[in-house]
Amino acid sequence: MNVIWMVLVCLSVLFAVLGGRIDAFTKALFEAGKAAVEVCLYLVGIVSLWLGLTKILEDCGVIYKMSNFFRPVMSLLFRNIPPGHPAITNITLNLLANVLGIGNAATPLGIKAMEDLQTLNDKPDTVSFEMMLFIVINTASVQLIPFTVIGLLASYGSQNPNRIMLPTFIATVISAITAVGILFLFKKLYDRNA
Amino acid sequence: MEILQQSFQYLIPLFILFTVAYGFAKGTPVYESFVSGAKEGIGIIMGIFPYVLAIFIMVKSFQASGAHDFFKAVFAAATGPLGLPAEVFSIGLVKPMSNAAALGIFTEILKTHGPDSYTSTIAAVIMGSAETTFYVIAVYLGSVGIKKSRFLVPVCLSADLVGILVAVVVVRLLF
Repeated sequence: MNVIWMVLVCLSVLFAVLGGRIDAFTKALFEAGKAAVEVCLYLVGIVSLWLGLTKILEDCGVIYKMSNFFRPVMSLLFRNIPPGHPAITNITLNLLANVLGIGNAATPLGIKAMEDLQTLNDKPDTVSFEMMLFIVINTASVQLIPFTVIGLLASYGSQNPNRIMLPTFIATVISAITAVGILFLFKKLYDRNA
Repeated sequence: MEILQQSFQYLIPLFILFTVAYGFAKGTPVYESFVSGAKEGIGIIMGIFPYVLAIFIMVKSFQASGAHDFFKAVFAAATGPLGLPAEVFSIGLVKPMSNAAALGIFTEILKTHGPDSYTSTIAAVIMGSAETTFYVIAVYLGSVGIKKSRFLVPVCLSADLVGILVAVVVVRLLF
């Protein structure tokens, strides 16, 4: 992340200076600050809402039952999460929100799942394998029906906006499987070097 | 399609109903529980804020400085003969960083190429199958204060790359 961030920021500054776009560049910095504040303000509301709701689920004990219910499926990938741990439920709910395209719910549930996974992490400043697996599946974005894209196609007068459903589904499934495969490959390489 | 979308939207209200009613039936002080859980929200987001800011600065300055246009032109020159639209590169490059920016480019493509064109189809499939990788990594790792991301970033980026290639191949085969 250090390298990527440094390279992109330096490249941008260079291009802005050489291309005479310093004004636009400076304006973009202020816009970035504003956008970050807006996103975070929005997140405070929905993340707090979901944290409140999952706290109820924890306090009445149902989250542990739900975790046991989801465990048979999730333990295929997440082998090191103990039975009944809330992480299983929050991971499952996050993935469901992604699959069904309820995007607003996915981020708060994901943050909650990360907190649960952190309680299982031996080294709190280093990402655990379970966390990486969770994030990789998340970024592969397994979505059943891409509502936003279909809606946009339709609003621009497409004859058949639903035509993209099958290719999107195939592409997303193949890329998700490949992503998990790449992660396991990297793990093998690192374990060998360690 | 809209009926399906709307029926999914019922899930969250029903989930809230279930949580509150079930908790109450079990004798849990639902109001106090909710408040004590929700109290943690603002602390978590304050921890995430600097990460989100860093990502946004990277994305916005990359676009505004003209660097994005330059790399897009280079890509167009390289892949034009292969019949791969340069807009594919734009979406593929911006989508991992910002969903809003990618949506902007996507609507631009729909306007200039028409919604039923080959370019729009590829762009639509990438939009639907790629995720805002940098944002997700920043927010999720930031929320638990993790600093060492080990091999997560290279894995996610190579997965994104594979995803875009797969999207292009699938569209080629199907259309």
